[in-house]
Amino acid sequence: MGKSASTLPAMVLTLLIITAVAGTSLGFIYKLTQTPIAEAAVLKQQEAIRMVVPEFDNDPASEMYELTSEEGFTLKVFPAKKDGQCIAAAIESVSNRGFGGEVKIMVGLQPNGTIIDYQILEHKETPGLGTKMVDWFKPVAAGAEEKSRNAFFDKLFGIKAAEGDGGENGQSILGKNPGQINMTVKQDGGDVDAITAATITSRAFLHAVAVAYTTFTHNTDCESGATKIEEAPTREGAEQ
Amino acid sequence: MNQWKNFSKGFFKENAVFTLLLGMCPTLGVTSSAINGLGMGLATTFVLIMANLVVSLVKDFIPDKVRIPAFIVIIATFVTIVEMVMQAYVPALFDALGLFIPLIVVNCVVLGRAEAFASKNNVGSSIIDGAGMGLGFTMALVMLGSIRELLGSGFLFGLPVYPEEYGMLVFVLAPGAFIALGYLIAIINRFKRA
Repeated sequence: MGKSASTLPAMVLTLLIITAVAGTSLGFIYKLTQTPIAEAAVLKQQEAIRMVVPEFDNDPASEMYELTSEEGFTLKVFPAKKDGQCIAAAIESVSNRGFGGEVKIMVGLQPNGTIIDYQILEHKETPGLGTKMVDWFKPVAAGAEEKSRNAFFDKLFGIKAAEGDGGENGQSILGKNPGQINMTVKQDGGDVDAITAATITSRAFLHAVAVAYTTFTHNTDCESGATKIEEAPTREGAEQ
Repeated sequence: MNQWKNFSKGFFKENAVFTLLLGMCPTLGVTSSAINGLGMGLATTFVLIMANLVVSLVKDFIPDKVRIPAFIVIIATFVTIVEMVMQAYVPALFDALGLFIPLIVVNCVVLGRAEAFASKNNVGSSIIDGAGMGLGFTMALVMLGSIRELLGSGFLFGLPVYPEEYGMLVFVLAPGAFIALGYLIAIINRFKRA
């Protein structure tokens, strides 16, 4: 079969047709996927909120308000209420100090600022290193089983179990109040163990948490805004 | 041409990664875990099949001098479709592969097959060639991803095999990708000669 000759009109026409068809079909697919993409984003957000605050009976997304941090970040605050009372808030916070750019997190705070739980929303940190922040700063829960297995491997490779930290680890930030502990990594004189080989990511993560804490406790009373929380958190409260 | 030969050449004899050394950017970039390799491989396979199909259909209407831009537009269209569909229906995988999906456009494997095969063969052979090449590419990515994930973090397809502390971190990072790929190619070349 003979090819079309490479004359200017033929070339222009061919490219025109191809780009027009491509454009049209992309527009069509865009329309088709627009709703699912938006839904997936909302679902992810709601999932993250549910993960970081205790059970609530309102719709945090509809009561969302925005706060501006000292550095000029815009934080989204999702108040979680039970029986009309504000029990906690999920705060979408961000730090630009990550190893690969921005680290976006959702952190749940009690009205007094005690950390309930957190979720990583978006990041570009190194896989296998910085990505450990997803559960690094949480207490080792399923520890028992893991420990026995580690003991076996420790023996196999002749490695002595690390002494010291035992039990209460210095990694977890859950149940702690950034107002009471120094929310920086140990390398910087703080109270939190950084992720092994990912100190920069750890700093960025803690920075995002700290931004959420300061902004939240200085600007709002969980419900709406204005009043500043003065009461110091009790030990019981911090234990939850 | 024998269609089985046409299909199977993508796995070994003309494997995009191990033999042709095409598409190195996604190969090295996304294979930090087996599942990422699988996702990237399948996305590329889809683009390869669709691009080969369309290119072989329109090859007679495209003047020679503008064939490369025409191919690229066709490929880019399918890549964008994959990107939007993934974002809509498998957001978790999209998050993991995010940056690399648009890069399928410039993956030499796709343009290479369009130029070297689809623009010279009929529709049927082109689809089979795309499928074979794509699945061979997927296989290579999964192999590399498995090795790196296993050596680097002690996981395989996200399942723990041995405790993470004993993993060699370097394999999860970029240098490990080069080392693992180098050894894989060496081993495969050894078998090829035998």
